[in-house]
Amino acid sequence: MRTKVKTRLIIVLVVLIGALVSVTPSLTETLPGWWTKILPSKAVRLGLDLKGGMELRLEVQTDEAVNNGLTRMASDLKTIFKDRKIRLRRAETTGFNRLLVEVRREKYRDDAMNVIRDEFPDTIVTEESETKMIVTYPESEISRIRENAVAQAVETIRSRVDEFGVTEPTILRQGENRILLQLPGIEDPQRAIALVKRTAVLKFMLVDEGATPDSVPPGDVILYGKDYDAATKKTQRTPYVVEDRILLTGDTIKDARVRYDSQYGQPYVSLTFDSVGARIFEQVTGDHVKERLAIVLDENVYSAPVIQERISGGQASISGSFTADEATDLAIVLRAGSLPAPVKILQKWTVSSSLGSDSIRKGLMSIIFGFSLVIVFMVFYFRFSGFVANIALVMNLVIIMAALALFQATLTLPGIAGIVLTIGMAVDANVLIFERIKEELRTGKTVRAAIDGGYGKALFTIVDANVTTLIATLVLFQFGTEQVKGFAVTLSVGVLASMFTAIFVSRVIFEAWLENRTLDELSI
Amino acid sequence: MDFIKPGINVDFVNRKRLAFICSLVVILIGIGSLVIKGGPHYGIDFAGGTLVQVRFDQAPNVGAIRDALGEEGLGSSVIQSLGEDKVAIRLKSEEDQADTVSDDVFAILENRFGQDSVSMELVEMVGPQVGADMRRKGILSILYAMVGILIYITFRFQFRFAMGAIAALVHDITITVGVFSLFDKEFTLPVIAALLTIIGYSLNDTIVVYDRIRENIRRTPKEKLAVVVNNSINQTLSRTILTSGTTLIVVACLFILGGEVIHDFSFALMVGVLVGTYSSIYIASPVLLLGGKGDAAARTSVRQG
Repeated sequence: MRTKVKTRLIIVLVVLIGALVSVTPSLTETLPGWWTKILPSKAVRLGLDLKGGMELRLEVQTDEAVNNGLTRMASDLKTIFKDRKIRLRRAETTGFNRLLVEVRREKYRDDAMNVIRDEFPDTIVTEESETKMIVTYPESEISRIRENAVAQAVETIRSRVDEFGVTEPTILRQGENRILLQLPGIEDPQRAIALVKRTAVLKFMLVDEGATPDSVPPGDVILYGKDYDAATKKTQRTPYVVEDRILLTGDTIKDARVRYDSQYGQPYVSLTFDSVGARIFEQVTGDHVKERLAIVLDENVYSAPVIQERISGGQASISGSFTADEATDLAIVLRAGSLPAPVKILQKWTVSSSLGSDSIRKGLMSIIFGFSLVIVFMVFYFRFSGFVANIALVMNLVIIMAALALFQATLTLPGIAGIVLTIGMAVDANVLIFERIKEELRTGKTVRAAIDGGYGKALFTIVDANVTTLIATLVLFQFGTEQVKGFAVTLSVGVLASMFTAIFVSRVIFEAWLENRTLDELSI
Repeated sequence: MDFIKPGINVDFVNRKRLAFICSLVVILIGIGSLVIKGGPHYGIDFAGGTLVQVRFDQAPNVGAIRDALGEEGLGSSVIQSLGEDKVAIRLKSEEDQADTVSDDVFAILENRFGQDSVSMELVEMVGPQVGADMRRKGILSILYAMVGILIYITFRFQFRFAMGAIAALVHDITITVGVFSLFDKEFTLPVIAALLTIIGYSLNDTIVVYDRIRENIRRTPKEKLAVVVNNSINQTLSRTILTSGTTLIVVACLFILGGEVIHDFSFALMVGVLVGTYSSIYIASPVLLLGGKGDAAARTSVRQG
C-alpha cells in the first residue's frame, strides 16, 4: 500500500481509537485501576433537563447590604453614646445610604460628630441642623460593601449547599451581583430554596417586661413570634416588646448542632459561642437574671426563655416546635453564617428526575431512528459509496460523544437534538462529494480521477457552507443558558466532525479500497 | 441511483414572479395572524411568569383543576393538557410572590387531588427582568447572525450575492414566525435557537448554489446571467433535494419521537428546513437577477474575484 494512504489510514484509526477510549467511561460504571491512571475517565455530563435537579438565578440586593452596614453602625452608636454620656434621641436609616442621627440637645452635636468620625473613619458625617447629622458612605466604601456582599453571599451559599449534601453543585458568580446555582439530582427543591434564601440574621435582644404592645416606650420595638399549633394547624403571631438594642449576634457562633431533648425526644439546636461571644453572653445573662432573652432570627422571635442564672459555658440552645428537618436547616444556616444582604430569585428551573430519564429515552429513540433511516437511505441511493459514507457517519457520532466527554461539556435535550440534526447535515457533505464524483464520471474520467476531482471540487463548497452554520452556533453560545449552549456545542462539534469524516475519512476508505484494484465503474 | 435525472432543466428563473407572489401571500398571512393575535405568542422565557407541569395518576379533569386554582385566586392561569396524564399550568408573574407561586399551585393540587396522585415534573419561573433581558438578547442575536453572514458572503462572493442571501433569510424568518403565530405555538428560547440554526442551514443551500453560479460564470463568461443561474440551480437540484430530504427525515423523527419538551423546537426546525430549501431555489438566486444592468458587472467582478 502506498505510504501516503497508509499514513492517512493510521491517522484515521488513531482518531477512532482515541474517540472510543474517551467514550468508554460513559458506557460502564466500573473502570479498572490502570485505566483511570492514564486514560480519560470522565463520563459525559448530563444537563439538568436530562438528570433532574434545580437551577436558580439569584440577585444579591446589595443596596440593602449598604443600609445594613449603617444600621449596625446605629446600633453600635447607641452603646457608645451611652458610655460617653451623649444623649441620643434617635439613629435610623432614612433612605438609601443615609443614616440620620439626632441628639437631644444642641450641646451634644459636635461631640457626637467627633465620636462618629473617630469610631467610623470610613464614613462622611455632615450636619443637618443644630441637633441632627447625616452619616453616609463615600462611593468607594459603597463599592467595597457591594463587592463584599456578593462575594460573601457566594461563600455562604456554598457552605450551606455543601452541608445540605448535594453532589456536584455549581455556584457561580455572574456579573456584578448575580449568582447562578445548580443543584443536580435534588429531591426536595422547596427545602433547598428556603435554605438558600434565608438571610439568617440571628440577634439576641432583651424583652421589656414593663411594656405592653399598646404602649411602646421609645427605644423599644415590637417583634413577632410565630407559634405553630400542630393540633389546630394554625400559626399565631405573638407580639413581643423588646429593647431595640442588639446584645449579641450570630457572627459569634462557632458551632450549631441538632440535639434531642431527653424528655420528649424533641429536636433543638445547641449553639456554641466563640470566646468573644461567650464572654458577652456570660455578662448579659449575669446582668439580666430573671428577665427574658429574645432569640430573634430574621426579625422573628424564635423563643424568649427566662434567664435563670449567669451562663458561663458559652453554650445556649434554641428550642421551639421544630421538625427534625427544620432543626437541621437552622443549624446549617447558623453554621454557614448569615447572608450579608437578602437574595431575590430571578429565575427558577426545576426538573424531576422522572421527566429527565423520560427525555433521555425519547432523545435516544430519535437518534436511533433517525440514524437507521439515514443509513438505509444512503446505501439504497449511493450503494457502495453510501456504505462508505455510513462508516464516516458512525465515526462522526463517536467523535461528538468523545468531544463532549473530554471537554466535560454538558449534554442537554436540545444537545441531543443537535446530534440528530448533525446526522442529517453530515449527509450533506457526502452528498456534495458523491454528486460531484458522479458528474466527473459522466464526463468520462476514470474512477480514480473522478474521485480525486470530486473531492477536490467539493472541498471549498463544503467549507463555505458549514462556516455559516458555525457562525450561527457562535451567536448561540452567548445566550448563556445551559440548554441552548448544549445545542450549540453538539451542533458545532458535529459540523466540524462531519467535515473531517466526509473529507478525510471517507476519502481514505475509498483510496484504501482502490489500492491494487482497478475499477471500471464505481458503485455510487 | 438518481432521483433527479442528470440533464434536468426546469425553468426556475422565469417562474420567479410567481414564486415571489406565492411567498408574499404566505408572508402576509403570517403577518396578518401576528397582527390579529397581538404579536408573537411568547413563552415564559420572554414574557416572564411561572410554568408548572404536573403528572397525575389518572387522567385529570382540566375543569376541576381550573376550579381548584380559581378558589385560591389563581383563576387567571392558562391550563393545557399534554397527553393522557400531564397538565401544564401557566401563570403570569406578580412581582413579590413570583418565586413561591409554583409551590402554592402544587399545594392546592395536592390538597384537591390527594398527595400521592400528583407529582411535579417541571417548574419554570422567570422574573420579569430576566424575561425582558432574553427578548433583547433574542432579537440582537438574530441581527448579529444576519450581519455576520452578510459580511462573510460579501467577503467570499460579492455584495449582491449577500443581498440575495439576506433576502432569503428574512423571507425564511418571517414565514417561520408567521407559521408559529398561525398554529399558536409558543416562542421560547430553544425556538430562537432553532431560528438561528435555520439561518445557518438555509445558507448552506444558498451557498452551494452560489458556488455553482460562480463556477459557471467563470466557465462560460459570455452566457447571459439568467441562463447561468438557472443552469446552476438545476445542476445542484439533486444535491439540494437529497440533503433537505435527509435533514427533514431526521427532524421529523425528532418531532414525532422526541417528546413534548422539544416539540416546538423540532416544529420550528421542520418548517425552517422546508422554507429554507424553497428560498434557496426560488428567492436567493432570482434576487441576484434583479439588478438588471448589473448583469455584466456581476460577471466581471466574479471573474476577477
